[in-house]
Amino acid sequence: MSPAERGPACGRLEAAWEVLRQIPDPEVPVISLCELGIVRDLRLLEDGAEGLEVVLTPTYSGCPATELIQDDVRAALAAFGEVRITLQRAPAWTTDWISEEGRRKLKDYGIAPPGPANALATGGVQPIRLVHRAALTKLACPRCGSEQTEKLSAFGSTACKALYRCLSCREPFEHFKPI
Amino acid sequence: MSQQSINVGASPQVQYLLRLGDSCLVLAQRISEWSGHAPILEEDLALSNMALDLLGQARGLLTHAARLDGQGHDEDQLAFLRDERQYLNPVLMELPRGDFAFTVLRNFAVSTWLLLLWRRLEGSSDAELAAIAGKAVKEAAYHQQHAADWVLRLGDGTEESSARMRAALGTLWPYCNELFDSDAVDAAAAAQGLGPDWATLKEDWRAQFFEVLAEAGLELPKDSAYQSQGRRGIHSEHMGHMLATMQYLQRAYPGGVW
Repeated sequence: MSPAERGPACGRLEAAWEVLRQIPDPEVPVISLCELGIVRDLRLLEDGAEGLEVVLTPTYSGCPATELIQDDVRAALAAFGEVRITLQRAPAWTTDWISEEGRRKLKDYGIAPPGPANALATGGVQPIRLVHRAALTKLACPRCGSEQTEKLSAFGSTACKALYRCLSCREPFEHFKPI
Repeated sequence: MSQQSINVGASPQVQYLLRLGDSCLVLAQRISEWSGHAPILEEDLALSNMALDLLGQARGLLTHAARLDGQGHDEDQLAFLRDERQYLNPVLMELPRGDFAFTVLRNFAVSTWLLLLWRRLEGSSDAELAAIAGKAVKEAAYHQQHAADWVLRLGDGTEESSARMRAALGTLWPYCNELFDSDAVDAAAAAQGLGPDWATLKEDWRAQFFEVLAEAGLELPKDSAYQSQGRRGIHSEHMGHMLATMQYLQRAYPGGVW
């Protein structure tokens, strides 16, 4: 269960979570920051000050939306008093933290959601795997469901997405890469 | 009006972080020179995205180095106000972007090296460095796969593409030695558990690099005795020109922001 779904007992925190759940991701506004899995924690300020501390984990090292997201969170929670934002790098964000609801919304929006990230397991030194294009796992088109698709580019309009096209319905689409 | 240059202290820990952070920063700058100029739109996006990942990694490392250096600088000041001799990246990173063959081959050489390095740094005794590595290792895996894909397509492609890859290999190869150089800074890092001596990455790197070259039908290069010295601040003639472009705005308009 992600922190966003834990449902804290405290009413004030619950109200703040409710606000947080409404904040869209600036790059993919169809899903919220909570569904994206980057809101890791929310707590009352411990030093007695009136306000909240929000713990965020950035998606990519160089994601240009990081600052904008912080501004959005600050603005949305302004009514709760002071808002302190802590950027927490470890454990690193993974697409496995995108909620089921988030995945459904991505697909409905036309972005093929990520598969499990463990394919990228990084423990120890491994020989590089040469993957021939034909052997890549087939990705279903989010529009027509056909698995006759091909990758156009490993990188898309943002660092987190790749470009594909469907050979059946001929529509291009984006894929949220597992990481 | 112009801005005075700054220097960082001689602490081995800071030097170790800057060697890596400057590598990410300088390569990000070189790769980003393709933005708007790549041969196809998809590669324009890919190169810009990879530059952005590297820039983000550099930002984390330079922020951390600046904090440890303790002179009150931030990552922007380290990036924009240090002179050439204060930059500690291997010369390989600063070589001009060249043609597309050179760019993808360098990206393959460097991403393979970074991936090995990040994996080791995930276990660093420095929690901040380990956290930066934990994120970067996933990004580097995508960079390596992408670059390897292009090395195969061009090396095992047409007569022209293969000739370009061979020329790129000839240019780049002597500079790869520096990725496995070793000195007191490495020894101190290894002793503290901060990170590996770069020399210990050599064997794994060669195995992976040569595997892809062989698959691409490219002849393995002969070892070169040349040893570039970027890690100690001694750079090629290209570095000053690159920094002049990169630092111009902050030097001319100190503290300028968007």
